[in-house]
Amino acid sequence: MITLKGVRKDYGGEVTIGPVDLELPKGGLTALVGPNGAGKSTLLTMMGRLLGLDEGTIEIAGYDVVETASKDLAKIVSILRQENHFVTRLTVRQLVAFGRFPYSKGRLTVADEEIISRAIDFLDLTDLEHRYLDQLSGGQRQRAYVAMVLSQDTEYVLLDEPLNNLDMRHSVQMMKHLRRAAEELDRTIVIVLHDINFAGHYADRICAVKDGSVVEYGTPERIMTDEVLTRVFETPVTVVDGPNGPLAVYY
Amino acid sequence: MAEMTASRSRVTEPPAAAPSPARTSRTLSTGRARRRYWTIVTVLSILAVGFAFGLLAWNNPMPVGSDGFWRIAEMRSTNLVVMIVVAICQAVATVSFQTVTNNRIITPSIMGFEALYIAIQTTAVYFLGVAGIIAIQGVSQFLLQIALMVGLSMLLYGWLLSGRYGNLQVMLLIGIVIGGGLASVSTFMQRLLTPSEFDVLAARLFGNIANADASYLPIAVPLCLGATAVLLWSSRRLNIVALGRDASVGLGLNHRRETMRVLFLVSILMAVSTALIGPMTFLGFLVATLAYQFADTHDHRYVFPVAVLTCFVVLSGAYFVMRNIFYANGVVSIIIELVGGLVFLFVILRKGRL
Repeated sequence: MITLKGVRKDYGGEVTIGPVDLELPKGGLTALVGPNGAGKSTLLTMMGRLLGLDEGTIEIAGYDVVETASKDLAKIVSILRQENHFVTRLTVRQLVAFGRFPYSKGRLTVADEEIISRAIDFLDLTDLEHRYLDQLSGGQRQRAYVAMVLSQDTEYVLLDEPLNNLDMRHSVQMMKHLRRAAEELDRTIVIVLHDINFAGHYADRICAVKDGSVVEYGTPERIMTDEVLTRVFETPVTVVDGPNGPLAVYY
Repeated sequence: MAEMTASRSRVTEPPAAAPSPARTSRTLSTGRARRRYWTIVTVLSILAVGFAFGLLAWNNPMPVGSDGFWRIAEMRSTNLVVMIVVAICQAVATVSFQTVTNNRIITPSIMGFEALYIAIQTTAVYFLGVAGIIAIQGVSQFLLQIALMVGLSMLLYGWLLSGRYGNLQVMLLIGIVIGGGLASVSTFMQRLLTPSEFDVLAARLFGNIANADASYLPIAVPLCLGATAVLLWSSRRLNIVALGRDASVGLGLNHRRETMRVLFLVSILMAVSTALIGPMTFLGFLVATLAYQFADTHDHRYVFPVAVLTCFVVLSGAYFVMRNIFYANGVVSIIIELVGGLVFLFVILRKGRL
């Protein structure tokens, strides 16, 4: 379970995130949605202890993210940011192997190699595993980073817009991979999404963030309505019945 | 955690085929890459030994192996030790610095080490005249210069990285600005010197092996080896730091502490090298870039040795050429910048990437 209590972050002057109180249960896939600048990524990076809080506490599986040693948290929660500085002359497999750092400190064991192989296979990167990162397309590289986060083998996985740079096919594949990770590997995945329809179809819970606070939180059925979406995104949205569930139309 | 992993492995079926032995994350996993790496290390080692021997033996009037030969060689060996120290300092410091700053095209010199060195030398001559050059030589003065350079950089890092909005880019920018400021003050003072004073000073402002004094070595060698040992030992963590702040924090590394630690060690290495022989702006950058080309891996455990060997080959090669072909004893930075720059351009243009 991820618990946020009175979490606040000031960006100097008018921009303030929070106070946010939120409880995300263990298991399943939670999507954070909302307009630009609402504070979705800020909340996510604070949960992943990449950004300090100004007030409040965040607990993941009972561990306070500020108090707990970073190296212990690395075995409980993993986080992937939107933009990643990529190192040249690094192969996909070597990148994924970094995910084992919290356990092996860089000295990989046979068990580590197996987990790495599984993460690579899981994201269909088997054929690319010895390719260098700079020889990959944006989407492939994105998958490699997700594989690294999965090989970190944490219960909680936080992803900041993993669908960036991905085309239709790869976006769908990525969401299916994450869905499978949540179900088969029993991970709790929190993900920032831009496309409300992806959230509506693949997430178990949707958390709508607006102006630095959580305005709606519930199942996709509850969030995917004209009234809620129009209010959250401040643009007219009509939800229609699509072949695979509700579909938000906003253009 | 262990039982969780076990239950997960039951759910995710392992691939049908048994994992082939090729599935390893080791650096240089293919035979070809390993052969290439060790060939390069061997060639560099042979060159290094060749130049080292050449420096001891070339123009040595006594027959090789005789008593007199070794006596002359011993007198020349101080320069050799100085070059080894400088090669280690520059190579290890630059590679580490580029890693913590996530930037492959800068050198730690821009943090103002050299500007400070130049300012110290110029100030001494400005206030004390030619005698100033003598006044800032000696073991305690050498130590003082190292302490000043390390102190300045720690002040800069500590202030800028531990602050609330501390960030590396701002630190680098302020480092450059301070360096530029010191350089301008030095230039201004140099304008006011008499030609003879300036002449004496100018000799100190090129990287020159002959600037080093054997009495400095008992301090320089342990500092250099100590800092290098710690950095080599941190190689695995440096590999993580290279991924950037967010990724390394996510993997459980205390990124700020790691950065501070590496920058502190870098400042020791750079201070030793600069106080020993003077500014060598281009050398570190040149060898770090070449080392990445040669080693062809991200892994610091493999990059460091190649960088040190490359640095020694470049340095001793330049010294050998200067001494035995141009009879210009010691001033190596000039030839390194000329030839090294051309080699550098050649390698980069041929490979098309940094």
